[in-house]
Amino acid sequence: MSPRHSSTGYWIGFALIVAALAVAPLVLPEFWRRFVTEILIWGLLAMSSDILIGYTGMVSFGHSAFFGLGMYGAAAALLSVSPPNLWLAILLGLVGAGLVAVFVAFFSTRLRDIYFAITTLVFSQIFYVIIFTWTDVTGGENGLTFRAPTLWIPGVIDAPFTRETLHWFVLAVVTASYLLLRRITQSPFGMVLQSIRENEPRTRAIGYHVEHYKIVAVMLSGLFAGLAGVLYAVQNRFAAPDFVFFLISGEVVIFNVMGGMGTLVGPVVGAGFFFLLREGFSRFWTEYYLIPVGVIFTLMVIFLPQGILGFARRRLNS
Amino acid sequence: MIPFELILIQIINGIVSGMILALVASGLTLIFGIMDVVNFAHGDLFMLGAYMGVITLAATGNFWVALAASCLAVAALGAVIQMTALRPLLGRDPLTTILATFGISLVIQNAALWYFGPVARKINEPFTGQFPLFHLQYPWYRIAIAVLSAAIIGALYLFLKYGTYGIWIRATTQDRVMASAMGIPVPWVHTAVFAIGAAMAAASGVLFGPLVGVSHAMGLDVILRAFIVVVVGGMGNLGGSILAAIFVSMLEAFAAIWVSPAQAVIFSFMALILTLLFRPTGLFVPTPK
Repeated sequence: MSPRHSSTGYWIGFALIVAALAVAPLVLPEFWRRFVTEILIWGLLAMSSDILIGYTGMVSFGHSAFFGLGMYGAAAALLSVSPPNLWLAILLGLVGAGLVAVFVAFFSTRLRDIYFAITTLVFSQIFYVIIFTWTDVTGGENGLTFRAPTLWIPGVIDAPFTRETLHWFVLAVVTASYLLLRRITQSPFGMVLQSIRENEPRTRAIGYHVEHYKIVAVMLSGLFAGLAGVLYAVQNRFAAPDFVFFLISGEVVIFNVMGGMGTLVGPVVGAGFFFLLREGFSRFWTEYYLIPVGVIFTLMVIFLPQGILGFARRRLNS
Repeated sequence: MIPFELILIQIINGIVSGMILALVASGLTLIFGIMDVVNFAHGDLFMLGAYMGVITLAATGNFWVALAASCLAVAALGAVIQMTALRPLLGRDPLTTILATFGISLVIQNAALWYFGPVARKINEPFTGQFPLFHLQYPWYRIAIAVLSAAIIGALYLFLKYGTYGIWIRATTQDRVMASAMGIPVPWVHTAVFAIGAAMAAASGVLFGPLVGVSHAMGLDVILRAFIVVVVGGMGNLGGSILAAIFVSMLEAFAAIWVSPAQAVIFSFMALILTLLFRPTGLFVPTPK
């Protein structure tokens, strides 16, 4: 198959999937509409961490910090300005996540492998403790609730979010993020990241300043995770410290492993698979669904480390 | 000005909780040092040990029997985990062991919540004597925990240093292939090490139970602290972990004079970050040249 042909196939598949996701809220039953929107948001979070896990080879156990700060940044914007403004929420969410990302990136990128994983985990717990105990500002354990902003695009639309428009907005943001991230991973910068994953000392020997690339990678990843946090805050109209706790970071890693690291789409599929498993097992296991899901995850780590989409990794990156 | 006796009390508190933490962390660092496995489920083995203690204490009525039974039960579980989930990962990236043990951690934690319910259980102290310490009545049991933890760690050290099987373990650490060539059954050494680490986690769980109450989430807090201790002390370095455990616990005990205990954790987080910045190999080992 010629490269040109395979890339046509890729774009046709891409267009079909986006179209299917776009009509989803019109045809699916009530419950599944919300479900699909939520998967897209978690998928964006998982995609952001794929930049580190899949492309740079750094397993981050601290993505909940970026996600949570995006949420609280959006909360700050939505609570302080009346009427609540969508773009200000996105801006402040990105600023919040970005500041945390700079901080985390500066310290944690000096370390590799498990040390990186443990450091990011500890960082996210620092922010968790701060948010949990700083009750006056963050609402502590109860979190913050706020009103949703309106969907406001100057000159086009200014209307309250309905379930459908929210879904389309999320779909647009996630699709744009995907295309941007895909472009980044195929750029010379992305190639250097993949070269760090394959052989760090050699990358350094060629003359690349590995630390700078890693810092930018963590910040990039943190910004997109923060964007996911903003979307989640807009959808659910609350921010809670539970979303900064490291179990969320663990779930993000699960999405990546289940779907297939280093594919960008894989983590979204992984998030979808995880939530489907959750719904399926919740029927019988109620809130203990993590027992069978944990077993499946562990089995996948052992027997299917490439994830569900691992077989398509090469095609998805071409 | 802080009263002198408050400082002294916090030093003693720091040492007591430091020894418990050292017991958990030395199991973690043993497992890491010998088979490159970062055991995310260690905190849950600690929690499970405490629950086993609750059950066997109710059945036998004797704290020390419960302690031993709980260690054996969790060691057996540890051996099963190692054989089923970790043996296939041997030779792969150590990061995959974090992932696999994270999955196991989720399973154990939720299974405990499902089986034992959300209400915290209590382990009664084996003895309730107290001695006067300034304005406080300080329980002897806390002192006993520190001594007992030190004794268990000391026994582990002697076993590794002089026991035949201890020498097998150290040989496996140094060179897996060579040890195998000399006839040491390396896969079983790994299983045994994981079981020993799990038993140490269980022992600290039972010993710690009377101080806090046993709940399914008690492992989360412990695993974070144990990670900090193991990194600050130098991964795979037993002596360093013990010193680091006491150091971190003291730091938190002193910080608790000024801030709430929940915020005191931030100080040990900071200790970790500063260590990683300036002494990435750990505080208590010479920097390699």
